[in-house]
Amino acid sequence: MTELNNTELIRLSAAQLAAKLAAREVTSVEVTQAYLDRIALVDGGADGIHAFLHVNTEEALAVAAEVDAIRAAGGAEAEALHELAGVPIAVKDLIVTIGQPTTAGSKILEGWHSPYDATVIKKLRAAKMPILGKTNLDEFAMGSSTEHSAYGPTRNPWDLDRIPGGSGGGSAAAVAAFEAPLALGTDTGGSIRQPGAVTGTVGMKPTYGAVSRYGAIAMASSLDQIGPVSRTVLDSALLQEVIGGHDPFDSTSLTDPFDTLVAAAKTGNVTGMKIGIIKELHGEGYQAGVETRFNESLELLKGAGAEIVEVSCPNFKYALGAYYLIMPSEVSSNLAKFDGVRYGMRVLPKDGPMTIERVMGATRAAGFGDEVKRRIILGTYALSAGYYDAYYGSAQKVRTLIQRDFDAAFAQADVLISPTAPTTAFKLGEKLDDPLAMYLNDVATIPANMAGIPGLSLPGGLADEDGLPVGIQLLAPAREDARLYRVGAVLESLLEEKWGGPLLDRAPALQAPVLGSSSTIAGGSN
Amino acid sequence: MSTDAILSFEEAMEKYDPVLGFEVHVELNTKTKMFSSAPNVFGDEPNTNVNEVDLGMPGVLPVLNKTAVESSIKIGLALNCKIAEYCRFARKNYFYPDTPKNFQTSQYDEPIAYDGYLDIELSDGTVFRVEIERAHMEEDAGKLTHMGGATGRIQGADYSLVDYNRSGVPLVEIVTKPIEGAGSRAPELAKAYVAAVREIVKNLGVSDAKMERGNVRCDANVSLRPHGRERFGIRSETKNVNSLRAVEHAVRYEIQRHAAVLDSGQPVIQETRHWHEDTRTTTSGRAKSDADDYRYFPEPDLVPVLASREWVEELRATLPEPPAARRKRLQADWGYSDLEFRDVVNAGVMDSIEETIAAGASASVARKWWMGEIVGRAKTADVDPSELGVTSETIVELNKLVESGKINNKMASQVLDGVLAGEGTPAEIVEKRGLAVVSDDGPLLEAIDAALAAQPDVAEKIRGGKLQAIGAIVGGVMKATRGQADAARVRELILERLGVEG
Repeated sequence: MTELNNTELIRLSAAQLAAKLAAREVTSVEVTQAYLDRIALVDGGADGIHAFLHVNTEEALAVAAEVDAIRAAGGAEAEALHELAGVPIAVKDLIVTIGQPTTAGSKILEGWHSPYDATVIKKLRAAKMPILGKTNLDEFAMGSSTEHSAYGPTRNPWDLDRIPGGSGGGSAAAVAAFEAPLALGTDTGGSIRQPGAVTGTVGMKPTYGAVSRYGAIAMASSLDQIGPVSRTVLDSALLQEVIGGHDPFDSTSLTDPFDTLVAAAKTGNVTGMKIGIIKELHGEGYQAGVETRFNESLELLKGAGAEIVEVSCPNFKYALGAYYLIMPSEVSSNLAKFDGVRYGMRVLPKDGPMTIERVMGATRAAGFGDEVKRRIILGTYALSAGYYDAYYGSAQKVRTLIQRDFDAAFAQADVLISPTAPTTAFKLGEKLDDPLAMYLNDVATIPANMAGIPGLSLPGGLADEDGLPVGIQLLAPAREDARLYRVGAVLESLLEEKWGGPLLDRAPALQAPVLGSSSTIAGGSN
Repeated sequence: MSTDAILSFEEAMEKYDPVLGFEVHVELNTKTKMFSSAPNVFGDEPNTNVNEVDLGMPGVLPVLNKTAVESSIKIGLALNCKIAEYCRFARKNYFYPDTPKNFQTSQYDEPIAYDGYLDIELSDGTVFRVEIERAHMEEDAGKLTHMGGATGRIQGADYSLVDYNRSGVPLVEIVTKPIEGAGSRAPELAKAYVAAVREIVKNLGVSDAKMERGNVRCDANVSLRPHGRERFGIRSETKNVNSLRAVEHAVRYEIQRHAAVLDSGQPVIQETRHWHEDTRTTTSGRAKSDADDYRYFPEPDLVPVLASREWVEELRATLPEPPAARRKRLQADWGYSDLEFRDVVNAGVMDSIEETIAAGASASVARKWWMGEIVGRAKTADVDPSELGVTSETIVELNKLVESGKINNKMASQVLDGVLAGEGTPAEIVEKRGLAVVSDDGPLLEAIDAALAAQPDVAEKIRGGKLQAIGAIVGGVMKATRGQADAARVRELILERLGVEG
């Protein structure tokens, strides 16, 4: 039906695909099959991207065929189809799905099938978006490189020897490698935004409570948030409108409507808006090429009529420390349920009495990886009697101080801006033995989780020294997600104008993983 | 099972002063569970009233049951507590397979209700005030059944079965402040306190309040100190004492046991104790120290509970008549004397009498049956009267049989035995056992003549107007007819025979 070849088809944005589907220039089956082919081509094998832990071929094609049939029949049902109906999507494997395994990147859940769908999955199904599969992640979303997945790391499509960020490296890499137009991620300390930054994609952490967490396997309940991963700012806005909204199954979900996001992404101007540079979130500790691209974005926004101001958030220096007390504390409790009693892996002790404590112990010892164990131990310690006030209690106070810093900053600026991550993608294995260096990756993203405010990362260009993507982070007050889409879309269009096309056009072509295959995907022509 | 030494209760009281404390868990009778939409129903097939939340599946979140909060506030108000305007839930972290998340979602240092009291009326009419520290909301755990062992306890069991139907059932835990000054009335107070709490929650309609089903469960803390000392002794906590009588016995036993330990010069061990109804003793459970570390922290998946003053007042306005006021009203309605009413209350049959009256019996008939027939049988059977198995309907039916003259009181008592033995309905038993008052006057008159002839002096007295002497003749007739005669009819016939106006 389509005149586009598959290579062209998979490079369309979700919004472009949606338009072509609605105009019946292309069918959902064609689009979905093109993505499945792309996954088959680039994801597997020793040098594959390994963005997916599970590919949901049959169901995705069935949903696509259903959408096509409805469109072909026309009438009220076709009219009622959601704008994104038929547009495929990948889902981070931390979000539970009926009909597909959910592993959370952990051995302890290997082979487990959820008996229920997460609320966001129900919404994707209601919108009739074919789910391509489940994407790789650091085990239980703990990590910044996807190297802590029990199923092996994901590679960065820009450089296969580098990390795709984490924990949502699978979702970001899938979108960057044109294996999916859209993906769902979760962000506890930067797990959507930092992978977005290092893969040249867009990632949005909505306001805490804007998207239901029901069915996202909890890492740190007070920090976790599901959000969109995409190649354009508009696409993220479209996806957040699908998955957002109040959910009676999540007590912490907001009742506010978040239905002006797409309109905000289409506003097209930032004239008169005040954009605040956070003094503490750039400069020292940030890679030179990251700084250069960051300053370039500031100039572009200024040129578009925004006013650039500088704000100070003096308590941000405590954010990382406080985060590494609150997050592990909640982790230690949230992950207690994985004990081999009701579901998932069960390991029996090799010898000695077969008591419940020993079965739980053997299961958890074998089922969890080192980073997960590290955080469980840290959190268990922080919550212990006698240490609670000094650790968890103090960390909660820091959290309040960070919120106050943001309040003060937003009194001076409509939106705040910073680099998303201090560096571009580092090499696989480079920081695996140095947890603290790994944790520092999230220094700029963590404050938003601590305050519950929304944060958007979009591509800011390539660092001069290594040619790897740099992310620009925008932050807004709670419930002002729309502001981020407005400013983000404007900055994106200014940057693309400068580059002469999307940044991903400059990503290297990916070789087929199968030896002797002649098919390659054309890269950008810059 | 080793037997602990005990002192006689009298000696224990002579030497020591008991201090009590109670944690009473009340299961709320909400339609659904505390944090999920699964049904809150007792007695169904195991693991059928569960959904992904109750099973602690990955990704689930709790949603607080509003009715459970309302019920908790009502309980707090009925216990004269203050209601917190803002309170939160916490997570109590511990690994045990009856708790699917391996933490219990419970209120910790921010209870919904706090600082209350309950006035307890003892059997002699004395009123004893028990201070309530707090009443907080939490979720129940699943039920473990330990299989293969001799004792039904986990020790020695081959494996354990888990039923998560109870997992997530809403609970309110009512915690008293230390109760001092009860002295030798401590066991009685213990029973009366738990009875009062049960009565209150039943009266509020927030719990089915059946102790035998575990709707109301009591943990009883006991410690002793020498008379005159202020500092408390070391306490034991007897878990899950699940009948009113058991509460009384357990407290009494623990006082006697503590006294013996202290007398021997040993320290009391701070521990939980298991109550054994068969031997009426406790055995050692697990050592419990104040340093048990549950790593409590505020539950991040729930938002704080905000109880506006308007809402609290709305709920206060819906509270039913308090049990003490109800007792006053019932006594007046029924026309019982103070002594009669106190006996009824102490025997634990006030509710049963109310039900029996509602089923159609008069107040005096209901009292006659419960106090005269059922309480004694319950004592013999060693159960609470309400647990004996006598329904209001049975009593009403029995009474109708008596009033119609079909059977007399003595026979009715035999019929009641038959009902309790499972022989059928009263009418069926009358039929089966061939119990019926002889109503043919022929044989009766023969017996009367024989009785009068046997006691001519008595007959003379009756003729002379001393009607109270008639009892001897009636007794003779009843004896001769083996109790099958209707005594009233016998009396009529005797008077007729002697030509005396009744």
